Amino acid sequence: MATNMLQRYSSQERMNHWMVVALFALAALSGFAFFYPWLYFLSGIFGGGELARTLHPFFGVAMVLSFSGLFFRLRADNAIGEADKAWAAKMGEMVKGNKEAMPPVGKYNYGQKMVFWVTSICLLTLLVTGVMFWSPWFTPSVPIGLQRVAVLLHAVAAVGLVLTIFAHAYAAFWVKGTMRAMTEGVVSEGWAKANHPLWYKEVAKK
Amino acid sequence: MATSTITTQKLEVVAASATTTDFAPAAAAVQVAKLIDESKCIGCKACQVACMEWNDVRDEVGSNVGVYDNPNDLTPNSWTVMRFYEVEPKPGNLEWHIRKDGCMHCEDPGCMKACPAPGAIVKFSNGIVKFESEHCIGCGYCVKGCPFNVPRISQKDNKAYKCTLCSDRVSNGMIPACAKTCPTGAISFGAKTDMVAYGEKRAGELKERGFQNAGLYNPQGVGGTHVMYVLKHADQPAMVGLPENPSISPLVSLWKGVTKPLALLGMVGAVVAGFVHYRKVGPIEEKENV
Repeated sequence: MATNMLQRYSSQERMNHWMVVALFALAALSGFAFFYPWLYFLSGIFGGGELARTLHPFFGVAMVLSFSGLFFRLRADNAIGEADKAWAAKMGEMVKGNKEAMPPVGKYNYGQKMVFWVTSICLLTLLVTGVMFWSPWFTPSVPIGLQRVAVLLHAVAAVGLVLTIFAHAYAAFWVKGTMRAMTEGVVSEGWAKANHPLWYKEVAKK
Repeated sequence: MATSTITTQKLEVVAASATTTDFAPAAAAVQVAKLIDESKCIGCKACQVACMEWNDVRDEVGSNVGVYDNPNDLTPNSWTVMRFYEVEPKPGNLEWHIRKDGCMHCEDPGCMKACPAPGAIVKFSNGIVKFESEHCIGCGYCVKGCPFNVPRISQKDNKAYKCTLCSDRVSNGMIPACAKTCPTGAISFGAKTDMVAYGEKRAGELKERGFQNAGLYNPQGVGGTHVMYVLKHADQPAMVGLPENPSISPLVSLWKGVTKPLALLGMVGAVVAGFVHYRKVGPIEEKENV
């Protein structure tokens, strides 16, 4: 290889990530079927409305379990600190593609950390509210008023999650050289210096 | 007893769950209604039996819980249940009320609003609200939408069940099985206008007999209902387990009303924004190694 490559994600981390991706796709597609009448055709992917309705909660729970693996692996790296404030203040420059204006960051920038935490919060909300109206098992023991709150929050958290995941996937596509971190597990030195200079210094020392 | 004025009716669907397109305008149909006169009910449960017979549903034998209610609640196989109430509107003056519970057939059905399965809940041109089991997916959203706690999910096939107002009988010019069988004439069925008039007349008669607050229960919060009651104490419907001002929960309206189309727009907007952003700003390229 012409350029020096740096290991960013282990094989296990990548497998875990793609498992979450697959389960997200299944949960989102089956969930969209019930989200709006125009999207009901998506239930056909799962063999019809009844099956999509039956499977959706299992996809969801599996996704949360799978994501918890990523959560505990990456939680420490995503702790939001003082240094993130400066980056957050310049978020507008980042959106304009003005990479040079951004303060140096470590393994994750503020935007990535937000993806991590918003995803975590949305998934927790989806899990808790989803169980509350998981028919037929848990529904009978939940008061109807609470179930009505749960269905609303479930929909709101689902939209929040979809938008966050979209931003996450777009950023990976936008910043070239990022995808490789999740496929092969490596990034180039150039990528690391440009996007995560403090992390680069850390790994270069080793 | 009010005589039925309806003849054979064509059942035309005028609204359906999870459907955003319009239905062809139905021929002007007679709006039907069932009127349940609490003051004439003797609690014999013949209506429950007739309902089971006509609709061919059989509940499992349950257990007595110390009151006359049997079964104790609506179930996927018991679409109507007599509920017995011992109340003391004035201290020392015990009254025994019996109410035939079941689907109210709302003009604005909360179940239909909440249902995500296209055509699983339909409303006919005569006002009857019906669950179409073959389209039901068993999510239980209808239960969340209903202000009267009526739909029940079967544990056998995970589908929702409730009173059909005998739409199959009505479409053939017959009155519902419960009304047909009622030995005291406590259940009448006919055009809604006639039933409202008859209900108000009955309420007037009850007032003359000392029930000053007798009245017709036809709650406007759900656009009126196609099952109405004559109540001896219409000022306190809670006395017989009826909500005072039923309406579709604002949470359900928010969830199904404005939230979802807006969210859909937001998600499509995000995809468009991503596309435009990439075209305008372009990628952040990887730097050559130095």
